[in-house]
Amino acid sequence: MPDNGYVALLVVVSAAVTWALRALPFAALAPMRDSTVVKYLSVHMPVGVMLMLVIYTLRTVAGDTALQLVWLAIAVVVTAGLHLWRGSALMSILVGTVTYVTLMSLWG
Amino acid sequence: MPSSPDPEHSTRRVLQLSAPIGLAFIPLGMALGFLVVHAGLAWWWAPVFAAVIYAGSLEFLMVHLAATAAPVATVALTTFVVNSRHVFYALSFPLQRVKGLPGKLYSTYTLSDEAYAVGVSAEARTWTTRPILLMQVCFHLLWVTGAGLGGLVGERLPIDRLEGLDFALTALFIVLTIDAYRQRPDRLTAAIAAACAIGAWLLVPGQMLVSAFAAFAGALLVRLLVQRRAERA
Repeated sequence: MPDNGYVALLVVVSAAVTWALRALPFAALAPMRDSTVVKYLSVHMPVGVMLMLVIYTLRTVAGDTALQLVWLAIAVVVTAGLHLWRGSALMSILVGTVTYVTLMSLWG
Repeated sequence: MPSSPDPEHSTRRVLQLSAPIGLAFIPLGMALGFLVVHAGLAWWWAPVFAAVIYAGSLEFLMVHLAATAAPVATVALTTFVVNSRHVFYALSFPLQRVKGLPGKLYSTYTLSDEAYAVGVSAEARTWTTRPILLMQVCFHLLWVTGAGLGGLVGERLPIDRLEGLDFALTALFIVLTIDAYRQRPDRLTAAIAAACAIGAWLLVPGQMLVSAFAAFAGALLVRLLVQRRAERA
């Protein structure tokens, strides 16, 4: 088991870097807030940002075998389909995750 | 007016808007707690990760880094790369509507992907200090609660046989993508984002996230220029 002092150091370092990345750009970008460019970006960014995070996390979740990739595809379709159909975030996430964990644990 | 808060800003309205995503933090945080125990760390590291780092996807990665005793420099670099995307949130998150230094400090500390998604949504257009911070506190507390529960439950259950728990994070982002698309159905933007992410995955796998974000922002700027040209012509 890793030493607690070492894990604490990791937590502090990653929290500090994260906060700097979240807070400092506001100071740097403040003068640009009213520009049309920034407004354009702020309107169009959210959907793209979230979609890129989907693809990024898919890469870290994806298994190695073809069968595992089929399970992943099924879980993605279940999650997205359920959300398009019912629009309940909690249910879509729960059912999608349970689907994937079940498929991977039993037939992964 | 000052005596009765605007219905848009009432605690109930804020919680109604935050709850569907915030409640998803419980199973998601539990998945993190399971992973922490699975990796051989003490269960209470789960709520500590959740409260102090408070950056979902990074915490999942951090569990692996801690378990494999990665050097501190690696941890700092990984954090920088994975969370660089937050730089772009400063372009549109309404921090100027949060008054007071402590409020601004807390708001930036807890500016997660989900807080960004809600903060820039159409429903939150008129939100000021109180509703914005309330939404962020709500997310923060639910995330810590989920992680704590997951750590405690994970310690008592044979979770070693469960595979694929980290899909919970993917599922959350799928939901946020669909919600953002419904607010602003824009196929071209979605297609550009997908192309940037897949391109970065293939070309610079080690720096995928930050490269994809930079390429996407660049592509949007080009698109704006082209539109302006077309309007002038």
